Amino acid sequence: MNTEARAFDWAEAPAIATYNFAYLDEQSKRMIRRAILKGIAVPGYQVPFASREMPMPYGWGTGGVQVTASIIGPDDTLKVIDQGADDTTNAISIRKFFQRTTGVRTTTATTEASIIQTRHRIPETPLTAGQVLVYQVPIPEPLRFLEPRETETRTMHALEEYGVMHVKLYEDIARHGHIATTYAYPVMVQGRYVTDPSPTPKFDNPKMDQCPALQLFGAGREMRIYAIPPWTEVTSLDFEDHPFAVQAFDRPCALCGADDVFLDEVIMDDQGGRMFVCSDTDHCNGRQQAGHAGEQET
Amino acid sequence: MPAMQDMAAEQPLMSVRDLTHMYGNRTGCRDVGFDLYPGEVLAIVGESGSGKTTLLNCIAARLQRTSGTVAYQMRDGRMQDLHALSEAERRFLARTDWGFVHQNPADGLRMSVSAGANVGERLMAVGQRHYGRIRETATDWLGRVEIDHDRIDDRPGTFSGGMRQRLQIARNLVTGPRLVFMDEPTGGLDVSVQARLLDLLRGLVDDLGLSAVVVTHDLAVARLLSQRMMVMKNGRVIETGLTDRVLDDPQAPYTQLLVSSILQV
Repeated sequence: MNTEARAFDWAEAPAIATYNFAYLDEQSKRMIRRAILKGIAVPGYQVPFASREMPMPYGWGTGGVQVTASIIGPDDTLKVIDQGADDTTNAISIRKFFQRTTGVRTTTATTEASIIQTRHRIPETPLTAGQVLVYQVPIPEPLRFLEPRETETRTMHALEEYGVMHVKLYEDIARHGHIATTYAYPVMVQGRYVTDPSPTPKFDNPKMDQCPALQLFGAGREMRIYAIPPWTEVTSLDFEDHPFAVQAFDRPCALCGADDVFLDEVIMDDQGGRMFVCSDTDHCNGRQQAGHAGEQET
Repeated sequence: MPAMQDMAAEQPLMSVRDLTHMYGNRTGCRDVGFDLYPGEVLAIVGESGSGKTTLLNCIAARLQRTSGTVAYQMRDGRMQDLHALSEAERRFLARTDWGFVHQNPADGLRMSVSAGANVGERLMAVGQRHYGRIRETATDWLGRVEIDHDRIDDRPGTFSGGMRQRLQIARNLVTGPRLVFMDEPTGGLDVSVQARLLDLLRGLVDDLGLSAVVVTHDLAVARLLSQRMMVMKNGRVIETGLTDRVLDDPQAPYTQLLVSSILQV
């Protein structure tokens, strides 16, 4: 990632040419890169950083956008997904933002992207070395709902007091008969820090383990950055007699017929009509082009 | 081995010397010293503001002392100054070897999770990862503190005051602590519930061979639970001795006043 501001070509400059490359000024990027480096050095540890105001509301991915803005260079290819889809509001507005402020090439193909900013999914296509996955994180603290005090959760992380995480899972089993946490399922990173994988479905948790790509997490409102370096051990917490398991679907994708993917339910009409399709649109399109078809071709 | 155990039994479990805690210029407690032996229950009595709770928090390492020492006999038999321990060691001690029963059960319980999870939390904190066994232990402990098994999945919010207090006790005792600190364990309970709770506590202390430090303003609680007591006033210990001796033959004027002000029915 070449992050030097390139010589600006005024002739093809966009309307907001007065902004620095990738919107943030170089000093801010530098500060954020430091936080990222520290996060990579201590996998799973939440590094505080001086989150900047971004031209979008909190909750829209201001943390992820700042991380992406700090690591993106003119040679990068960017992919932005929102719940797996490249064509939903959040994905489109962030992709446009970077198109206008950096002019980098964008793509919807997972394999072509060097940086993938994501909201709540990990692409189905396996990531490769050299790629960076940037997560947008609303609440980075996995202990937050059990321990509201920040001072206390920091101490708990420092002293590895993670018993309370299992209290949450215990409570799930007591109430539902199985671990009913389906998203933001807590993981242990490199046997040290309990980390919130952002609200990705737990279906994606196994993909985080020994992932060849670098995974960066940005929480703008909460001012935290954390990272999972490539080839890091990521284990989902569980009980010996209630082991971790991902969601299973009782039918394949209606469009591409894939049965090993995470499905979204789409309401078709007001008569109760519905279909289940891949949440990863790029993966689904790719399969359809390769000739796979589901039961419900539309 | 028996010889070593005897030696350990002769050594105090906790040894406090010249313990002082100041809140700025004001005295919390001053120059307090005592030895607590294994299996012994010590009551700290005195009126509100006499420094009982400050003392309890100091010896439970929940509050930084101003001066003095609090030595504790670790499981390996060595005496260790609590305030010289690292925070990690102190917190580990507090959730394995100690219990702390708060006056208000809501302070000691996790109100948003079920009774079973409350009892199981310490087990999970020390690394138990088998749901079935944790639940079994929790069920067993609920039975021991006389809470019906079918309440295991209810939140403490649905429990009465007495049940909450019993749940708090179960939650503390589940890891088999050697020392339990209690801050007014019967405060806020009506007398019949108090009597049952005291009965239960006395049974548990006997069965498990626990040592306990009980802070109370209720002399009846001290009489029932403790073998020895300390009377505090204005942050100082003014009288100490066997509970029956202090209550039946109080020496200090303040203790005499305290004993004579018990209401008789």
